[in-house]
Amino acid sequence: MTPLLQVRDLTRSFGGVRAVDNVSFELARGELLALIGPNGAGKSTCFNMINGQLRPDSGEVRLDGENIVGRKPRDVWRLGVGRTFQIAATFHSMTVIENVQMALISHAKRTFHAWTAAAAHFRDEARDLLAQVGMDAHADRPSSILAYGDVKRVELAVALANKPKLLLMDEPTAGMAPRERNDLMALTKRLVTINDIGVLFTEHSMDVVFAFADRMIVLARGKLIAQGSGEAVRDDPKVREVYFGSGRTVARRVSA
Amino acid sequence: MRITKIIVSFACAAAFAAGAARAQDAIRIGEINSYKAQAAFLEPYRKGMELAIEEVNAAGGVNGKKLDVITRDDNANPGDAVRAAEELVSREKVSFIAGGFLSNIGVALADFAKQKKMLYLASEPLTDKIVWQGGNRYTFRLRPSTYMQVSMLVPGAVQAKKKKWALVYPNYEYGQSAVATFKSQLQDKQGEVEFVSDQATPLGKIDAGPVAQAIADANPDAIFVVLFGADLAKFVREGETRGLFKDRFVVGLLTGEPEYLDPLKDEAPVGWWVTGYPWYAINTPEHKKFLDAYQAKYKDYPRLGSVVGYSTIMAAVAGLKKAGDLETEKLVAAFEGLEFGTPLGKVKFRPQDHQSTMGAYVGKTALKDGKGIMVDFHYVDGADVQPSDADIKKWRPQD
Amino acid sequence: MSLAALFVQLLNGLAGASTLFLIAAGLSLIFGVTRIVNFAHGSLFMLGSYIAYSLITRIGGTGLGYWAAVLLAAVCVATIGALIEILLLRRIYRAPELFQLLATFALTLIVQDVVLQLWGSENLVGPRAPGLKSAIFVFGRALPTYDLALILIGPLVLGLLWLLLTRTRWGVLIRAATQDRDMVAALGVNQAVLFTSVFALGAGLAGLGGALNLPREPANLGEDITAIGDAFVVVVVGGMGSIPGAFLAALLIAEIKALCIALGQVSFLGFAISFPQFTLVAEFVVMAIVLVLRPWGLLGKPQGSVRSIGQIEAPIVPAGRMLQMIGAAVLAALLVLPLVAGGESYSTVLAIDILVGVLFAVSLHFIMGPGGMHSFGHAAYFGLGAYGAALLFKDAGMPMELALVAAPIVGCLGALIFGWFCVRLSGVYLAMLTLAFAQIVWSIVFQWDELTGGSNGIIGVWPSPWLATKAAYFYLTLTLCVAGILLVRRILFAPFGYAMRAVRDSALRADAIGIGAVRVQWTGFVIAGAICGIAGGLFAFSKGSISPETISISRSVDGLVMVLLGGIGTLVGPIVGSVTFLILQDSVARQTEYWRALLGLVIIFLVLVFPQGIAGTIQSWSKRAWKPA
Repeated sequence: MTPLLQVRDLTRSFGGVRAVDNVSFELARGELLALIGPNGAGKSTCFNMINGQLRPDSGEVRLDGENIVGRKPRDVWRLGVGRTFQIAATFHSMTVIENVQMALISHAKRTFHAWTAAAAHFRDEARDLLAQVGMDAHADRPSSILAYGDVKRVELAVALANKPKLLLMDEPTAGMAPRERNDLMALTKRLVTINDIGVLFTEHSMDVVFAFADRMIVLARGKLIAQGSGEAVRDDPKVREVYFGSGRTVARRVSA
Repeated sequence: MRITKIIVSFACAAAFAAGAARAQDAIRIGEINSYKAQAAFLEPYRKGMELAIEEVNAAGGVNGKKLDVITRDDNANPGDAVRAAEELVSREKVSFIAGGFLSNIGVALADFAKQKKMLYLASEPLTDKIVWQGGNRYTFRLRPSTYMQVSMLVPGAVQAKKKKWALVYPNYEYGQSAVATFKSQLQDKQGEVEFVSDQATPLGKIDAGPVAQAIADANPDAIFVVLFGADLAKFVREGETRGLFKDRFVVGLLTGEPEYLDPLKDEAPVGWWVTGYPWYAINTPEHKKFLDAYQAKYKDYPRLGSVVGYSTIMAAVAGLKKAGDLETEKLVAAFEGLEFGTPLGKVKFRPQDHQSTMGAYVGKTALKDGKGIMVDFHYVDGADVQPSDADIKKWRPQD
Repeated sequence: MSLAALFVQLLNGLAGASTLFLIAAGLSLIFGVTRIVNFAHGSLFMLGSYIAYSLITRIGGTGLGYWAAVLLAAVCVATIGALIEILLLRRIYRAPELFQLLATFALTLIVQDVVLQLWGSENLVGPRAPGLKSAIFVFGRALPTYDLALILIGPLVLGLLWLLLTRTRWGVLIRAATQDRDMVAALGVNQAVLFTSVFALGAGLAGLGGALNLPREPANLGEDITAIGDAFVVVVVGGMGSIPGAFLAALLIAEIKALCIALGQVSFLGFAISFPQFTLVAEFVVMAIVLVLRPWGLLGKPQGSVRSIGQIEAPIVPAGRMLQMIGAAVLAALLVLPLVAGGESYSTVLAIDILVGVLFAVSLHFIMGPGGMHSFGHAAYFGLGAYGAALLFKDAGMPMELALVAAPIVGCLGALIFGWFCVRLSGVYLAMLTLAFAQIVWSIVFQWDELTGGSNGIIGVWPSPWLATKAAYFYLTLTLCVAGILLVRRILFAPFGYAMRAVRDSALRADAIGIGAVRVQWTGFVIAGAICGIAGGLFAFSKGSISPETISISRSVDGLVMVLLGGIGTLVGPIVGSVTFLILQDSVARQTEYWRALLGLVIIFLVLVFPQGIAGTIQSWSKRAWKPA
């Protein structure tokens, strides 16, 4: 069976600097794969190439065997790729449930419907999704006044609206308290398992990574230097050298 | 919420205050103009008009009634002008409307008058269309038109026997039709003539330096200048600095009007052949009387706009007297062929196109005491610079 | 044309470029740092030339006195600028985006009347600069020495600004603020002082430009409008906040104009082309081309998103009982208006104008508010509707009713073409591209005498007999206006309206859930154009005549003022704003000789009392009233 996501020789340079250099990896359904590495390692660039925001110089990204390089983010989304952002992005002039409804409306290709009220579209489905992330009590509050952790949950619900095969989560727990982090990741893990979704996420918090990732890949200066289980990566000498070796980056992040 | 209340009551008060406090037993005329947008021309106009109203009412009014002229600012916007006209007609119950400075407002009001069957006395707009292609039986125009003023200048231009001409004019209907009339009349009367430069400049935004040089590079013998206001001032200064006018014959439309000549002060061009209004040297008794009264009242000298404003009221009064009635059809009948006195002499509304025969002065510009003046001028009667009646019949829609 | 002639024309162009640069440099600074669309910049320029006139005629006899007067004029205007910032603008920085435009628009009205009162209406031709009165000869052609001086002054000012911005701490802060205001604020820089100083410097530059322009153009009351138009074009073509960009843009525009004038009449394949005529619209054509090719101007960078400014818009909810009742009452009052006030009464006439204005404002708000696309050229679609209907009625002999139906189609077609380009841009660049298209339409209408009647316009556009009475026409207008509003409301509450707001709130998130910003915005643009076209068609037949004024900048600005006055963040905002503005204009214009200043003062008063627009502020008041403190 073809893996859900296959990344082959992905490369992208900015002004002569190789931000991502010949990176290849795979991701299976139901798997949580963490993409880690020090600042400037190329994680976000990698992410943005997978969901179509950036065009790679070379290499390919295959989703269920189909090369999706060159597609726009919105088309990639239609193929079943959900995404959350490092700085959570919701529609601040809408209520929580409207945010989710918007995604459901788009999924049903009703964006250009201009007659029946949007509130009547997929309200029950949206409520279900909110219930899944534990936000149904907040359904009718404006999303602009939510606590940050709640915004992240809403984003997760939005990302799940198109029943994705693959979720891309860029620093899903950034800016959250440790307790919230664990709650959110536990929730994610549960949803992933139930729905058989593959998740690729970047993360600074090593606690989160080691607690929730099934597997991890390590980037440094654009190159993939190691992959495997937490144990394997932790013991990898290359990783120790560029990452753990100095110790500083990790220590700071963990305590942050 | 008290503030909101204040605003609401302010708005209401303002809306209703205007309608109140008008003399009941008076003949009302509505007057619409771009007072704010064209203040330089319309302030003197308003003064002339107010002087005339004062004189008329001091002499007992019209047909035993006081004359009441209600003015409105149209904000240089034809849509607002038409609305002001509606307001004057429906709320102020005016007997007819007058005014207009900008040509687009003039034609809009003329068409409104036709639709409403209401007389419109167009005082200032210059466009030929208001009496010809866009003319109608309800509209009468006082000031000499673009066509007439250009025609007044053509004999002098022909006499100068210049072959190569340059044209510089504001890029809109007034400039275009002035140039078209000038070209066709000059070709007709002089025969051999060549137009070597044609500079249509954006109104109020002339790039005077490049324009002056482009004309100089075309090396014409003579230049026809239709610019006015700030454009004229810019062009004259650049032209003089660059020696453009040296040994060249220049014809300037309206340049001799104090509105345009006076701001130039000691840089006023010398030797241009222009139409204008030399108020300082007109010695007819009717002008003398007007001049004295104007200077006594305002401690200022009149501009051409003052004459037009004053004459508008003179025309209105004469028409009202002749009609002896406020009914539109009777007014229209009275205005057709109406003769009335103005500071520039007796004039008449021509029955064939409702254009008045008010003329203008044609002469040469000169400098005196650091100020531009007109010399060697003569008055050209508006009746003598008209196209043939056959042409007018062809252009003017049947009523 | 000889090469020598061409060379001297290019020198002329350089002098023109310096003038343009001086007008624009200050605006670019203000714009870049404070993001204020300073409509009063042209007024500051005008003040500069009037103040310089007064000073120069008193102390400008000698060279030293003359230049001292010029600098003094700039200092005066800088002081005025600082006062404006401290007394007015500072109070409304947290207002919704563009709201400051409203306040500065009011200032232009006030400055107009103040200048008229202080200096009179006559154009004031300033004395020439001592020592720079004559001309020198270049290739046998006279070139004024003052032009040469300007050719030097432009780059000199550019150089001084460059030093100020790169070699001083203040300059570094300014440049940082241009990139990211919040960061500068976070670093503990006193933003108030920074903004005041920037505004004063920008105003001073405008004043300097006005003073230096005096020997080339008399001080006159039309200068503010011309200057503001030029300044915005130059700033945007150059790239907002980029001073060298402004210089480059000034150079490009001035040289293109000089070249057009130099080319004169040219025969090409049997067609006679008059290049000088092109100067009417040259800068706007240049702007349109530059923006289509380079969405952030020649030397501009993508705008950083403006964070933490203004209020976040509340989710939309259907009108509450209170509002529904008010709406029903207003509608009922309108239905009986012609019966009570009289069918031909002025109230009916005014109501028609107001309803047309409401529809115009509602269509503009549709793309400005929920769409997040600020249009500075909305008059284009109004004018297209009006001219489309008028021409089909007059020239094609279409019945009036059919011509009116065609009006939205014409407006829609215009929006379809222009919108395609505009939605690829954002922010003020988008706004200025809409303005460029509006000006291009305006200039075509203005010049195409045979078809459009040129500057005089088209007359005889009267409604069919059954609509000839004002009462009948009022009911037609009311029906279409209410239908238009309900349609807009319907769309805004439907998925498409949500999609528009989604794109505005976060284009990134919208894209990530399959909503394509360009298609949504383009569709929104076209809907707005069609509704605006209806307003234009109604306008034409209500007045009986139309002229290029229907497409003018001032009509576009009126639309902006109406939307902002009512409040951009609420759906009733444009309705409240347009009614308020039009009633004010109608009543104030009749009250007093200085009605513009009065109108300006009233608007400033409203701006200060209702910092989120009238409807927006009342909405938040009522929310506060209902919630326990």
